[in-house]
Amino acid sequence: MNVRRTARGLSLHSVIWLIGAFVVVPLVYAVISGFKSTGELTGNPFGLPEEWKIGNYTGILGDGMFWRQIANSAGIAIGTAFVTVAASAMAAFVLARYAFRGRELFYGLFTIGLMFPFAVAVLPLFLMLRTFGLLDHPLGVILPQAAFGLPMTIIILRGFFRTIPAEVEEAAVMDGCGKFRFFWRILLPMARPALGTVSVLAIVASWNNFFLPLLVFNDPKWQTIPVGVQQFQGQYSTDYALVLAYIVLAMVPALAFYAVAERQLIGGLAAGATKG
Amino acid sequence: MPSSVPALAKERTEDAVPVRRPPAPGRPSPRGWRDWAAVAWFLVPALVLFLVFVLAPIVVAVFTGFYKWGGIGPLDDFVGFANYTRLFEDRVFLGDLGRGLYLIVLSLTVQLPFALFTAVLLNQRLRGRAVYRMLFFAPYILSEVVTAVLFTMIFLPGSGMADHLAGLLGLESLQGRWLADPSTVMPTLFVVMVWKYFGFHMMLFLAGLQSIPSEILEAASLDGAGAWQRFRHVTLPLLGPTIRISVFLSVIGSIQLFDLVWVMTAGGPNHSSETMAIAMFQFGFKRYQVGYASAISVVLFMISLVFSLFYQRYVLRRDLSGAVTSGGGR
Repeated sequence: MNVRRTARGLSLHSVIWLIGAFVVVPLVYAVISGFKSTGELTGNPFGLPEEWKIGNYTGILGDGMFWRQIANSAGIAIGTAFVTVAASAMAAFVLARYAFRGRELFYGLFTIGLMFPFAVAVLPLFLMLRTFGLLDHPLGVILPQAAFGLPMTIIILRGFFRTIPAEVEEAAVMDGCGKFRFFWRILLPMARPALGTVSVLAIVASWNNFFLPLLVFNDPKWQTIPVGVQQFQGQYSTDYALVLAYIVLAMVPALAFYAVAERQLIGGLAAGATKG
Repeated sequence: MPSSVPALAKERTEDAVPVRRPPAPGRPSPRGWRDWAAVAWFLVPALVLFLVFVLAPIVVAVFTGFYKWGGIGPLDDFVGFANYTRLFEDRVFLGDLGRGLYLIVLSLTVQLPFALFTAVLLNQRLRGRAVYRMLFFAPYILSEVVTAVLFTMIFLPGSGMADHLAGLLGLESLQGRWLADPSTVMPTLFVVMVWKYFGFHMMLFLAGLQSIPSEILEAASLDGAGAWQRFRHVTLPLLGPTIRISVFLSVIGSIQLFDLVWVMTAGGPNHSSETMAIAMFQFGFKRYQVGYASAISVVLFMISLVFSLFYQRYVLRRDLSGAVTSGGGR
């Protein structure tokens, strides 16, 4: 019995290790290759570097363009999260707590947004942003991203706002608290965990977005990190080790954010699928 | 967008309880213009954003799809449905549709079972399972572009890791092909897709597995059900709602695939990895046939819309009534 259990445990672990290798090997390959020269990488793709050269990494870290792209991505992600969450929280508040005529119509309108693939909208969006003069302007990326984030954010927040007992609001109204004050001083502070979750989702989606910044930003000074990665690859396409070092450094902020916000991220993505 | 999961599930269950019930106490209906003004004040920012940046583009695409237009200058060459008839006579575009279908089929038959298998493994008592979960989900956090550049390097003919690996495994026939050969490019892209997205589906399945009450499995065990029978007749049916959401997201994700493909192959070699979104981008931004590209957008939109409506109507609908794990019977 014990032998069987051990054998089963071993085979279970070896399967998981195999899957783990599939996930990890490409990442480790990139990190290690960044320490090689391109010449060495071609001849020795798997082994450790003969000499750990940090020049690829330090060269990129010393380049203002890299930091500029990080800063642009961060600024746009924060701006997007702010606009998405602010507009969604306000809408979700009345959609959750006031029974007015047409409420479900408005709610339904927002939820059908889930079926609109971003790829469909991107060409006409470009034409519209050009008309509005929002090309090469951060709002040209922030506003559409926020708009596409609304449906999911409104649905999550409305669900959460509904769980706050009516007694809380009644008590507040008795104390002479109006809608605005209730929303701002009582509801939002109570909803902090939900606001955290939706902000994290908005930040990750914005950080990784490529299609829209690619079209909106012609001027390199606005480029975000995904666009920068693509440009860098085009520019140094034969210097493989350097390109790999660049993507490793581009991964670091996303992975660090994941390490910090793992709970909100996975909670936000997975909870709804099961709890409904 | 995969992030719409909670949304869908939530929406369904909210619908399940008809919302037309009388307003509960503490949920006052607005009376008088002051209350209406307050409601409007809260609703307007989201509504304006949504109308301008989500709905209006669809209208613009439908409109420009009826014109022959280079993207600049007046819209004056009305061509009716000519862009659409041209689309459906275009072999490359029909190929794009086929490739979309190819990715959907592979996702459903390979990626989702693989994700489910991994979730079941990691749902057992196992040392370090929290670490494995976090690790397997990590690729999902990376941007598509970073992933795409990473795998471009891995699949580089001659010097990439994949060629060396194939050499070690005695698969020399694959060397130098991968993304460079029309017959191998789609399977190679699919491997990258699995790498990037299986962890996301695994997380969904894990959440679903954890919501299955252990008493049910124990009861089945007492009744003499083996591991496979428990999985087949207890776990799998109870996981239904999660699986149906996963299928939905896989399909929508596959038909609008852009970033990965654009960076790795730009649709090549010779259109052999082109998707609808790539074709739209090529015509709209590289070849300045904006009217034609708009027609592609509209077709992509119609496909997504029809699929979503049918799926919600006929498949997700089952989750409304009494599925144990979804809480839909609430």
